[in-house]
Amino acid sequence: MLSKTKIGIILAMFLLLAAVPPLADYFDQPFYLALFSRILIFAIAAISLDLILGYGGMVSFGHAAYIGLGAYAVAILNYYDIDNGWLQLVVAIVGSGIVAALIGAISLRTGGLYFIMITLAFTQMLFFLGISLEEYGGDDGINTSRSVFGDWIDMDDNSVLYYVILFFVAVCTLISWRLVNSRFGMVIRGSHSNERRMLAIGFPVFRYRLAAFVVSGAMCGVAGFLMANLTEFVTPSFMHWTRSGEIMIMVLMGGMGTVFGSILGAAGFLLLEDILANLTLHWWIIFGPVLVLLILFAKKGLWGLIPGREGLSDD
Amino acid sequence: MTEPILKVENLIKTFGGVTATDNLNFDVMPGEIHAIIGPNGAGKTTFVAQISGMLKPDSGRILFDGRDITNLTAPQRSHAGLARSFQITSVFKEFTALENVAMSIQANVGHSFHFWKRASTDPELIEPAHKILNDVGLGARALVRAGNLAHGEQRQLEIAMALATGPKMLLLDEPTAGMGTEESETMREFMRDLKGQYSMLLIEHDMDTVFSLADRVTVLVYGRAIATGTPEEIRNNDEVRAAYLGEDEVKAGA
Amino acid sequence: MSLLLLLEQTLNGIQFGVFLFLISAGLTLVFGIMNMVNLAHGSLYMMGAYYAVTFVQLTGSFLLALVLTIPCALLTGIVLEVIALRTLYQRDHMDQVLATFGLILFFNELVRILWGAEAQPMPLPPIFDGNVEILPGVPYPVFRLVIIIVGILVAIFLYFLISKTRIGMLIRAGASNRSMVGALGVNIRLLYTLVFGLGAALAAIAGVMAGPILSVEPGMGEEMLILAFVVIVVGGIGSIRGAVVASVIVGVVETVGRSTLPYLLSQVLPSDDAQTAGPALASMLIYILMAGVLFFKPEGLFPARTG
Repeated sequence: MLSKTKIGIILAMFLLLAAVPPLADYFDQPFYLALFSRILIFAIAAISLDLILGYGGMVSFGHAAYIGLGAYAVAILNYYDIDNGWLQLVVAIVGSGIVAALIGAISLRTGGLYFIMITLAFTQMLFFLGISLEEYGGDDGINTSRSVFGDWIDMDDNSVLYYVILFFVAVCTLISWRLVNSRFGMVIRGSHSNERRMLAIGFPVFRYRLAAFVVSGAMCGVAGFLMANLTEFVTPSFMHWTRSGEIMIMVLMGGMGTVFGSILGAAGFLLLEDILANLTLHWWIIFGPVLVLLILFAKKGLWGLIPGREGLSDD
Repeated sequence: MTEPILKVENLIKTFGGVTATDNLNFDVMPGEIHAIIGPNGAGKTTFVAQISGMLKPDSGRILFDGRDITNLTAPQRSHAGLARSFQITSVFKEFTALENVAMSIQANVGHSFHFWKRASTDPELIEPAHKILNDVGLGARALVRAGNLAHGEQRQLEIAMALATGPKMLLLDEPTAGMGTEESETMREFMRDLKGQYSMLLIEHDMDTVFSLADRVTVLVYGRAIATGTPEEIRNNDEVRAAYLGEDEVKAGA
Repeated sequence: MSLLLLLEQTLNGIQFGVFLFLISAGLTLVFGIMNMVNLAHGSLYMMGAYYAVTFVQLTGSFLLALVLTIPCALLTGIVLEVIALRTLYQRDHMDQVLATFGLILFFNELVRILWGAEAQPMPLPPIFDGNVEILPGVPYPVFRLVIIIVGILVAIFLYFLISKTRIGMLIRAGASNRSMVGALGVNIRLLYTLVFGLGAALAAIAGVMAGPILSVEPGMGEEMLILAFVVIVVGGIGSIRGAVVASVIVGVVETVGRSTLPYLLSQVLPSDDAQTAGPALASMLIYILMAGVLFFKPEGLFPARTG
């Protein structure tokens, strides 16, 4: 169970996040509204990845692809004058889920290094597919307008969009949290801990992993849907495999196998990127080694720094 | 004439040039404790792996409880009633002892596509898990992380997890491995209590365990069964003596 | 689409396959023996290209540049292994992925700082300029032919190394069953460093030869890396033979596929659809091939691993 400190931090976190639009408005810093919108979108991606990576031990490079799929769902439907948000959202989720099912069906039959490389290859495949579809902008990308959810939600208002994103973050956090503690979640975690034993006591591990893979992909599709709305512009670069690497870094920074840590990780990564970019053009040369050091020495991530009782049922 | 609960027919397994299982025929009668002994390299581990479904034999048949399970996967065999414990402790180190056993229970109460309800407080899983831990003698250690348990306790947990799947037969791979004399005796007592409730196939190195518990003993050498019989018969079998039991051991045992 | 063009494309495919082979040979050994994901391998290929650019500028000779680059790349590889990668052997794959990903970022930025972000030109070496008639009436660029020949020579060299020498035996044993080799008391550290150095040298050679044909720019390693991964997955981790076969297959399918598929589709589909589907399908071809192989053989065509 979560310690009191951690519960307090989570509530404080959400309150702070809810306060961003009025604060940004008050200090006349629309840049920070956009930045935090971005952070929250990547938080969803990180939460979805943590499900299979942190809890399940599946090192998948696929998540950039699902962001891309979700984003293109918006852009392509928009291209055909379908701007109904509900429809776009459903297509984003279902589309990502189906692709995840196909990729998972092939890659989950392998393991270890094979799995990592195969997911990387498929992501790159989708990237190239995106580039080759000239009709939808190809390499240059495609513009899109924001989704329409009826008169009561005006997605064109940046603050409204921010709260919509925050809402999805809350929903995904809740789903993920219940999921990892449910029977299904136990199977995923057990399979990561000791796959051989899981098989021996009677769990057909493959089908559960596939299901987790699909859920993870579908959730990330939501992140893509929101991203297209935020940037109003979608390019294949959303799907480049290095973006998957960035999401992995966020998961690591926040703490692997912690639902709420993903939000911290996304914030940490993007804020750090923002700070470093202002320092020097060549900030990657600092970030690269920093990342290596992080991995070697700070495995627990930001969430692990917060005091709280040790235990598997930490979330 | 009762049918054996486990019947192995003409099992063959080769790795490159090595024949690990050499046309093995073998059976376990319901309710009996059948021990397999043999020198290192005899192919005991390979044999167990083929029975539990982790390794596919080159040829031969495995029949369990009247069914041909040769082509069943390991999870399917577990559901058919064949439970296994591992020679090298194979538990979920990060989970508590209770969660470990609960996991075994969960595997056998239907599918696990339940996404919302918390598993660690689910009475359907927790109550039977507590009971089994108590039976095995680990009741007081239920909330200890499995990785922090003493070696002997981990071995007990091994067996608890196998029992929790509600099996008809237990495949125990060196259950007393790494245990001291006192702990081994406790484990033997426990297995004696289980006798009759479950059929058991016991892979063992420890001769005390074998001779005090087993109804029948089979000696495996280079993948072949060179003798099968009661512990007494095996002790007095010349071929077995030559191949396996050193002269000193036999004198001490007799 | 003439037969001539098809032949030329096939040869180009084989030539591209040579690059893939040089990069994936070392990588598959590292995967197989050290069980380590090394995303930074593409960076070694890139460094090879950049070293060559500098040496060509300094000495004016392509061959001299090649000779000088190899020890530099070897040194880079060994330093990298000793400083950063050694600690990763014990870690799980996730850590290795992220750490070597960090190294990619570092190298790409390093190259940007030292050489700038624009593509660096490497002139085609004059002795290899021009065409040669491989068949009567069939001209083919000399340089590309040289690359193919180098590839064949390296493959033969590796064959002898792996199957006829003691080191090769250790490599094969390590790829097949890593823990056994350690148990046999072999100096594992040295073996690892050697294997890694070999891989770095091969990747650098590919980089040098790629200079005149492909563009030398930051990030050039990653494109090849992904394809190298496909090669390794299709060929089987730890298998040089697999790497040879798969490199040729991937190289040819990728090159020939890209040029002929749109044409083939336009024969059977209405022009508009072919225009869209052609390039799209061509870009996915390699990955569909990979998926196909994996469906029947999840461990690749020639898996080396048994333990």
